[in-house]
Amino acid sequence: MTFNLLVTACLLYVIALFAVAFVVERRARMGRLGWLRSPLVYTLSLSIYCTAWTFYGAVGYAARSGLEFLTIYLGPTLVFIGWWLFLRKLVRIGRQYRVTSIADLISSRFGKSNSLGVIVTVIAVVAATPYIALQLQSVVLSFGIFATAIPEGAAGPDAGRTALWVAVGLALFTILFGTRNLDAREQHHGIVTAIAVEAVVKLVALLSVGCFVVWGIAGGLSDIVARIDASALPAWQVEPGRWTGLLFLAAAAVVTLPRMFQVMVVENDDEDQLVRASWAFPAYLFLMSLFIVPIAVVGLERLPVGSNPDMFVLTLPLAEGQGALAMLAFLGGFSSATSMVIVESLALATMISNHVVIPLWLRLRPRAAAGEDLRGVVLSARRVAIGAVLALGYGYYQLSGGYVALASIGLIAFLGAAQVLPALLAGLFWRGANRTGAMLGLITGFAIWCFTSFLPSFGPGAALSEAVFAQGLFGLGWLRPQSLFGVEGMDPLLHAMFWSLLLNTGMVCAGSLVTFPGPVERLQGAAFVNVFDGEVGPQRWARGQAEPEALLTMAQRILGEDAALALFQAAARGQGRDGFLPDPTPGFLGTLEARLAGSVGAATAHAMLSQLVGRATVTVDDLMAVASESAQILEYSAQLEAREAELTRTAGALREANAKLTQLSVQKDAFLSQISHELRTPMASVSAFSEILTEGDLPPAKVTRFGQIIHDEARRLTRLLDDLLDLSVLENGSVQLNLRLANLQGMLDTALTAAQHTRPERSFLIQRDLAYEAIHLRTDADRLTQVFINLISNARKYCDAATPELRIAVRQRAGRVMIDFIDNGRGIPKESQSLIFEKFARLTDANRAGGAGLGLAICREIMTNLGGSVAYLPGKGGTAFRLTVPLRLEERGIAARSG
Amino acid sequence: MAKAGPKRPLFLARASYRRRRLRDAARLLPIVGLGLLLLPLFLLTGTRDHLAARDVIYLFCVWLGMIVIAAIFAPGLRNRDAREGDED
Repeated sequence: MTFNLLVTACLLYVIALFAVAFVVERRARMGRLGWLRSPLVYTLSLSIYCTAWTFYGAVGYAARSGLEFLTIYLGPTLVFIGWWLFLRKLVRIGRQYRVTSIADLISSRFGKSNSLGVIVTVIAVVAATPYIALQLQSVVLSFGIFATAIPEGAAGPDAGRTALWVAVGLALFTILFGTRNLDAREQHHGIVTAIAVEAVVKLVALLSVGCFVVWGIAGGLSDIVARIDASALPAWQVEPGRWTGLLFLAAAAVVTLPRMFQVMVVENDDEDQLVRASWAFPAYLFLMSLFIVPIAVVGLERLPVGSNPDMFVLTLPLAEGQGALAMLAFLGGFSSATSMVIVESLALATMISNHVVIPLWLRLRPRAAAGEDLRGVVLSARRVAIGAVLALGYGYYQLSGGYVALASIGLIAFLGAAQVLPALLAGLFWRGANRTGAMLGLITGFAIWCFTSFLPSFGPGAALSEAVFAQGLFGLGWLRPQSLFGVEGMDPLLHAMFWSLLLNTGMVCAGSLVTFPGPVERLQGAAFVNVFDGEVGPQRWARGQAEPEALLTMAQRILGEDAALALFQAAARGQGRDGFLPDPTPGFLGTLEARLAGSVGAATAHAMLSQLVGRATVTVDDLMAVASESAQILEYSAQLEAREAELTRTAGALREANAKLTQLSVQKDAFLSQISHELRTPMASVSAFSEILTEGDLPPAKVTRFGQIIHDEARRLTRLLDDLLDLSVLENGSVQLNLRLANLQGMLDTALTAAQHTRPERSFLIQRDLAYEAIHLRTDADRLTQVFINLISNARKYCDAATPELRIAVRQRAGRVMIDFIDNGRGIPKESQSLIFEKFARLTDANRAGGAGLGLAICREIMTNLGGSVAYLPGKGGTAFRLTVPLRLEERGIAARSG
Repeated sequence: MAKAGPKRPLFLARASYRRRRLRDAARLLPIVGLGLLLLPLFLLTGTRDHLAARDVIYLFCVWLGMIVIAAIFAPGLRNRDAREGDED
């Protein structure tokens, strides 16, 4: 295999990637993405976590430190399988607020502050530069290995030239596909798909090498297990601090690394992608690390002492004469390096253009910028930034020149990126976190990271002088970079991680606790932390004095003419207007800002819009208005509910009252007709007989008889009127009760005697229990006796048994006396039982002469007046009534009843 | 911010109840996983000077277990109806 063949393969591979990206971009423009937005592509694109550092470096790491390399993959695994806890919220916020980068997220959360965006951008660029250099270096190294492996390798490449070409090629690719257009959301389907392809290539390459090692060189699984046990691989260093610390560091980095944020949050389309990736991405990492230990073990065994373990993946197949496999491995490593560099430079370029270049541009040329198409500026800025980032990486590579273990640079970059974590976590879960706190934390963390980790990584005497290493900054012993505050003997990485993240977090908390946030910060805080509640929208615009035309001009500068016109037209139509100029309502301004933010970041979009709307900040009043608005809605709905319940109650009461009134009206009509009937009958006979009498010429016997009839009828009338009067007095409650102590037995005796006048021809068997009747009641004895007489007379009248019996049972319970009158007649049918106490209720017409049917009605009224009751007692074999009276009726009780 | 209104039901139907418990399990998974990954630190007292294959096998088994469980959980956690809100 010749070196030229290698270069050719490499070029073909790159051309294939270009083709993939190109085709996908074209399909995306035509809106036919289909499966390209599937969770699978998303998961594969996440694999840029596995850079050349992983592809080559993991084996070296394992050869040097045993199993510690696993932490780099286990940390992200924990984050992803726990996606419900954290990633879900992060991704939702990213989608909802059209976040373009991690700097944009931090700046947007903390009041759309551009200075925060700048700080995060600086951190990201500084942390990423050595990492990019690392990728360039790995490509150069792998080229070099092929060059030395070839006998005629005299024509081998110059390392510096290779790196330069690779950097230029990557810049070209990124610029071509990363800055084609300014999207409404910063998404790049072409690049993402190309990366997914590369992910497959590197996985296949590493698995192939692994399988070759396990089944080709070693004799299968059991053999490899034996070899691992016998190997000289260092023990798994049981260092709790380093193991735990690295787990944490990798977990933090997978969220905060700009390239991871780009593919995970910015390029995310829906939650399904994340759901699938929650286990598929850990599975990818699992497969990537499956054969690392075997490769390391076999490499140490087979290859000459002193060969670079970082390159075992490549050198092992070469040494075994497997040219094709080595080529595959080379392409895998190449893929790892290029995909990382492409996405990283793209993400950094977005940050640089949105948070540094555009704000500067707008500030420096506020007038001139008014008319021109800003999109050109943004895209140029990105292109230049991509070039600059790669130039920085190349410069770093040239500067550092010499060989540095891949793992150490990677971890330092991880720690740099992780400085964003405290602000990010606080921003997502703590509403109280504010801009000052975030800024203090970021600056502190960045400074400590630089001093304890980044600058020392160049070695003593390079960035920091030997004196600083030995005696500390300014000769202060407690400011030595690797033993800050006098903490000696700690692992340098752990030392840097401990101090930077501790003080970083401390400053975030302290700053937030002490200072007071501005209104926009508070609104954004509430909107981000409660993103799932959907209660608080992001900061909104009051209806300002913005000219729709000026807004349109600005939108065209950023979104492009067609997109801006479409947006404005849709908004105008939504407001029910023709044309392209909608009213600048708060809702429209919010939509517009979100669209602009998707292109140039939240801070810039906010600043540009506030220039036009004429008010740079939200006031506390606006804040309160939003808060009270939602509170009012809640309160209003609660009030509505209460009112509705009340209405239902009132309606029920009204319906009841109406039913009662109707019933009463019917009763009144019935009563009137009854009473006129009752009065009319005796009056008719009186009138007829008196007419006969006035004619004269009648025998005296007839006169006497007629006179007697008239007299009887008159008495009947009187009795009827008496009863009616009595009833009306009782019903009004204005009856005068004559309360005194009376013997129940005496009253019953009186009543029985009096009732004998009713149908005296019938002989009744009266059963009484005299012992129980010996009770003295305090009541109105005459009235009560009247009730007794009525009940006994009724029994005499209506009991239809052949040998009629009447049983009077008396019982006393809880201060009340119950007197039952039970006869052995047929009883009263069930359906009539509720009627008998009504006026003029007579069940049969058989004994009509007996009374007007007012008896039981009067009884009931008397009993009510006496503080007791009368009720029909069913199930006693005959007609049975139960009277209940209080043993001692008090005056007070009467007053209360009538009052 | 207080949760909105009195509309949050106190008790749930069987299906939603299951879904909530699944979410609890999903929250628990990384914590349990972390515990299992840290376990060897407590059990091993670093006297060995060579890597043992069973360490490798243990870690990879824990890893695989986490992936499988996460894959089992994943379909149930998909946000099928937004109306159920977030619950927590």
